Amino acid sequence: MGFRRSTRGDRPPTFTFADLLDEAISGIVQRPSRTALTALGIVLGVGTLVAVLGLTTTTANQISQRFNVLSATEVLVKAPEDTGGDDGAGSSRSLLPEDADDRAMGILGVVNAGTFRTVPADFVGKISNTSVDPGGYQDIDVVAATAGFFDAVHPTEVQGRVFDRGMQERADRVVVLGVNAARRLGISNLDRGPAILLGGVPATVIGILGDTERRPEVLSAILIPMSTAGDLWPTPAGVAANEQMLVDTKMGAAPVVARQVAFALRPDNPSALSVTAPPDPHALHDNVAGDLGQLFMILALVCLVIGGLGIANTMLVSVLERTPEVGLRRALGAHRKHIALQFLTESGIVGTIGGLIGASVGAVTVTVVSVTQGWTPVIQPWAFLPAPVVGTLIGLAAGTYPALRATRIEPVEAFRR
Amino acid sequence: MTRPGAVQVAAQPVMALRGCGLTYPGETPVHAVRPVDLVINQGDHVAIIGPSGSGKSTLLNILGLLDRPTEGTYELTGIATGELSDVARAGLRSRKLGFVFQAFHLIAHRTAEENVMLGLLYGGTPRRLRRGIAREALARVGLSHRVDAVPARMSGGERQRVAIARALAVRPALLLCDEPTGNLDSANAGAVLSLVGDLNADGMTIVTVTHDTAVARRAGRTLTMRDGHLTESGRPQDTWLGTGHGIPS
Ligand SMILES: Nc1ncnc2c1ncn2[C@@H]1O[C@H](COP(=O)(O)OP(=O)(O)OP(=O)(O)O)[C@@H](O)[C@H]1O
Ligand SMILES: [Mg+2]
Repeated sequence: MGFRRSTRGDRPPTFTFADLLDEAISGIVQRPSRTALTALGIVLGVGTLVAVLGLTTTTANQISQRFNVLSATEVLVKAPEDTGGDDGAGSSRSLLPEDADDRAMGILGVVNAGTFRTVPADFVGKISNTSVDPGGYQDIDVVAATAGFFDAVHPTEVQGRVFDRGMQERADRVVVLGVNAARRLGISNLDRGPAILLGGVPATVIGILGDTERRPEVLSAILIPMSTAGDLWPTPAGVAANEQMLVDTKMGAAPVVARQVAFALRPDNPSALSVTAPPDPHALHDNVAGDLGQLFMILALVCLVIGGLGIANTMLVSVLERTPEVGLRRALGAHRKHIALQFLTESGIVGTIGGLIGASVGAVTVTVVSVTQGWTPVIQPWAFLPAPVVGTLIGLAAGTYPALRATRIEPVEAFRR
Repeated sequence: MTRPGAVQVAAQPVMALRGCGLTYPGETPVHAVRPVDLVINQGDHVAIIGPSGSGKSTLLNILGLLDRPTEGTYELTGIATGELSDVARAGLRSRKLGFVFQAFHLIAHRTAEENVMLGLLYGGTPRRLRRGIAREALARVGLSHRVDAVPARMSGGERQRVAIARALAVRPALLLCDEPTGNLDSANAGAVLSLVGDLNADGMTIVTVTHDTAVARRAGRTLTMRDGHLTESGRPQDTWLGTGHGIPS
């Protein structure tokens, strides 16, 4: 015969890794639809896993983002309600000093600080815009505030202007309306210097707060300088003024500020004030990851197990179906090892493909959900990159038993009909 | 071993069975092959003929190292196979033996060429040489124009020729055929038989199992199997010694 002799008894085996891949891929493409169905289980499992991890980090990021910008830089100082009454010494003055804002601003890390309190409705009386609605309202909050308070709430939209120090020192009869309060009072235009009546006392509207980042409840309130409010409606002795101070700090400075602010305001009696510092952002993060995340994590793992069982099942059916092929390979000289490796490689490849597609599906899910929710999608590389490897490992684990079964096929079975 | 076409001075045994038999265990054990002595020489073309269930395939499976005899010894190209491990037997199968069976046993979704290359995959032929060898083998069986065809698009005769190409690609010491024409019409059967005849004429040692006497007539030597007993029906002066012991060597 013309072709060269290629076999000798002592020649080492030359079944290479490339051969293994060839045989495994040929086995996989043999039945594309079955391969697709087999991979589907892994796609679902890995997809859920990536989606859960992605959504968990996305929502956590979402929360800590708000948290970072607002809550994490906010310190609230309260003068406890039940104080100053029993000594009966004249009109109740707040526990906060007059120059509280300046004292707070003196603390390192404080960006803005403002004092405010809600004036009890029955002190104020009816509120009305005389030119529009002589009836008036009793249910619009009147908040007495310092100029610093406006800086601390981070107004994002202002029509006209807000108080300045001069107005506060002079106790001018001016107000700034929250946009909702302005709407109720029928005031939208400041050009003609509109005025409102606060229990019969006229006050000029100098500005409308369109939106704020903090304390959005002020959008429904009427803001009046602290000094003006004190003049108009002095707090009687025995009634708590309930003044509070909103402190806006630099990023990360809040805990330190919280520790110092009481002493800065009341060096004589710091414990009279209660200070609220932002909660630990990590605790919040863990909470989110803990609650929903755990549930979906279990779901994802269940999907992975089901996916793995799916692969194991189809591989087993495939092994039984391909008994003649396996027998033939054995008859042609394949060792049991070669057979096992081939089936393991097949299930490993199917698992990898499932993992790759699943990771993409999961990433797309996270993106779509985030976009519809207006979130920033965050997929950590540690959640995304190992996903195909997870698929591979599940494929290998699932293929182990079928591969072992395949090695039990004897060569003589090839030619049995 | 002699080279193809060389004049054989003294026939050399390719294989030898000594007291070799196979009994399938069970409640009523089946003595599929009764103990037999048999020597087949280099260049022989032996036909084993017999009725269905007489043990022909069982004997062929022993010769092909697909099954282990339950008694006696089997020597292939001078190697005693009885003590060999599964791995060593697999190695011998891939290098010394070729199989051509009734049902072709091709992998359905792979081309003729790939099916032939499969015969070389496990036998130690380097990857880069396999395609060339497979093409030569396919040329040898007259299928150069069909290298890229898949079995589903081939006639029965073509499929069997692919199977023959796969077997002879490894240049086996012994080619084993079990009813090679069983699934073929007479025209295709004739083509396959003359191909087998040509291979034998080129020096290949061949054992063909059949119950077709027309097939058997083409062989130089005919053995008859009946109820597990193998008897020489061709040239009794050859090495056939019935069920006795001791083979002249
Ligand atoms: N795995 C087995 N277990 C038990 N008995 C078997 C087994 N394989 C074959 N036999 C029996 O051994 C005997 C010989 O079988 P074998 O297949 O060798 O016959 P054969 O001559 O090849 O028949 P055919 O011409 O129909 O192919 C039969 O009686 C068969 O039933
Ligand atoms: Mg048979």
